[in-house]
Amino acid sequence: MSKKKHKINKTYKQINDKIKSGDVVVVTAEEIIDIVRENGPEEAAKHVDIVTTGTFAPMCSSGAVINFGHTQPAIKASKVWLNNVSAYAGMAAVDCYIGATEPCEDDPLNKVWPGEFKYGGGHVIEDLLAGEKVHIKASAYGTSCYPNKYVEDEIELSKLPQATLCNPRNGYQNYNCAVNMTKKTIYTYMGILKPNAVNANYCSAGQLSPLFNDPYYKTIGLGTRIFLGGGQGHVTWHGTQHKPGVARTEKGIPLSPSGTLWVMGDMKQMKPEWLRGISLLGYGCSLAVGLGIPIPILNEEMAMYTAVSDEDLFTQIIDYGVDYPNGKSKSLGQVSYADLKSGTIKLNDREIQTVPLSSYVKAKEIAEILKGWIKKGNFLLGEPQFTLPSE
Amino acid sequence: MYSKILILRFPNTEVQKPLVCYLAKDYGLTFNILKASVLPRREGVMVLELTGTKKNFNLGVSYLKEQGVNVQNASQEVNRDNDRCMHCGACTAVCPTGALSIERPDMAVNFDQKKCSVCAMCVPACPTRSMGILPTTETFF
Ligand code: SF4
Ligand code: SF4
Repeated sequence: MSKKKHKINKTYKQINDKIKSGDVVVVTAEEIIDIVRENGPEEAAKHVDIVTTGTFAPMCSSGAVINFGHTQPAIKASKVWLNNVSAYAGMAAVDCYIGATEPCEDDPLNKVWPGEFKYGGGHVIEDLLAGEKVHIKASAYGTSCYPNKYVEDEIELSKLPQATLCNPRNGYQNYNCAVNMTKKTIYTYMGILKPNAVNANYCSAGQLSPLFNDPYYKTIGLGTRIFLGGGQGHVTWHGTQHKPGVARTEKGIPLSPSGTLWVMGDMKQMKPEWLRGISLLGYGCSLAVGLGIPIPILNEEMAMYTAVSDEDLFTQIIDYGVDYPNGKSKSLGQVSYADLKSGTIKLNDREIQTVPLSSYVKAKEIAEILKGWIKKGNFLLGEPQFTLPSE
Repeated sequence: MYSKILILRFPNTEVQKPLVCYLAKDYGLTFNILKASVLPRREGVMVLELTGTKKNFNLGVSYLKEQGVNVQNASQEVNRDNDRCMHCGACTAVCPTGALSIERPDMAVNFDQKKCSVCAMCVPACPTRSMGILPTTETFF
């Protein structure tokens, strides 16, 4: 980006120097809205250095790489269970990946419908963070160098050689609003959908959501330091299903699910209140992830982007009764997040109840925590090596 | 999904039989035993939360009655674990009485126990399982 394009030009280094000297000006993605409205983007960019965002919602593509340490005699584990939840062990000897949606081995699943999915990989992660002892069971076929064929033990986070949260898809930039046009209640990853479109469920922090505040990923990429699960983590790649090329508004806001983030961080810094094992009735287990990204206001363009409010953000109403399960995503209508947050929307001239799955209260708390860290000098911006693909 | 807390009183002849296990085996019900004891005259009392489809729940209860077990509903209430609740709002999709509601514009989810009908719909619907159903009295024994 040429320097001449903008009237205000700041670098990551300049902002980081201000963080170190304590002169940095940080506001949340909610607070910047009025600042830009009242003063314009240029004035705002002059004054504000960083805008903090946040989101706290179920994010299924999440999990952790756990190295549980070598045993005596040594084992090359080929199957691993943590609290009876299977972890993928097709890696080196004592590495495994515990995925958020893996249910407990003896879970009745959907045999008694709708299944309750009381315990899964997400809960294992939460238990580890809470400092609880987790039962590990590992089996192997045995080799000359790794003769042990079976191990059972207790592990706890503080004693693990390494535990790294590694979430291949988090922080979806926009998501569908789900309704059910059939005559029977359905149980989905978008929550419970009553028949005849009685409720419309949605899942985004809207104006606080990280990628809504930097719609073309001009400041987000490999190395961006973030709030992750109560600790500091990083964006490492674009997430799976990253799809920047969808239709957008004039302000660049995607009108349907678009960009995604691949994020990682050291679990030993994280807290159970920001990574919650969850159970989605009739669907499965998952993990609610707390994520927050600081957006550096490098210029007036970034000030303008971060000033988006729920009235500027739109999504599509999709039928999860027939269309979605059949791989169709025909829009039944477009709604703004302001409408969704009001409690009701109109569908075919009928008022229907809206139900959020993403916690706005917690999203705001995350943006505030991140703001506090930066103001206190405990969090420096990570300048990305390259930004996420934007087309 | 249907769930209720029941007080079961077993006549002394039935105490030895694993009746409750048949609820799981034959009716696909899951149970969570909250309390159990055998009284001096060898009459057994058990408080348990029984969960399953409504149809199987009723069949299971009929089965118990046929076996001579006295079945009573425990007086119960629904509580929220406020430390666990993440204020998402998912429960407002199922709450029929408005006991669970969203305060706007803050989007905090409020729980007003006075409006709660103890239908227990929110218990399995809550992703963090913050809503719990508990007997209100401790005087079963
Ligand atoms: S669904 Fe559960 S976590 Fe979400 S607001 Fe309701 S009680 Fe709280
Ligand atoms: S028990 Fe029923 S009425 Fe009470 S809060 Fe839960 S859903 Fe609402």
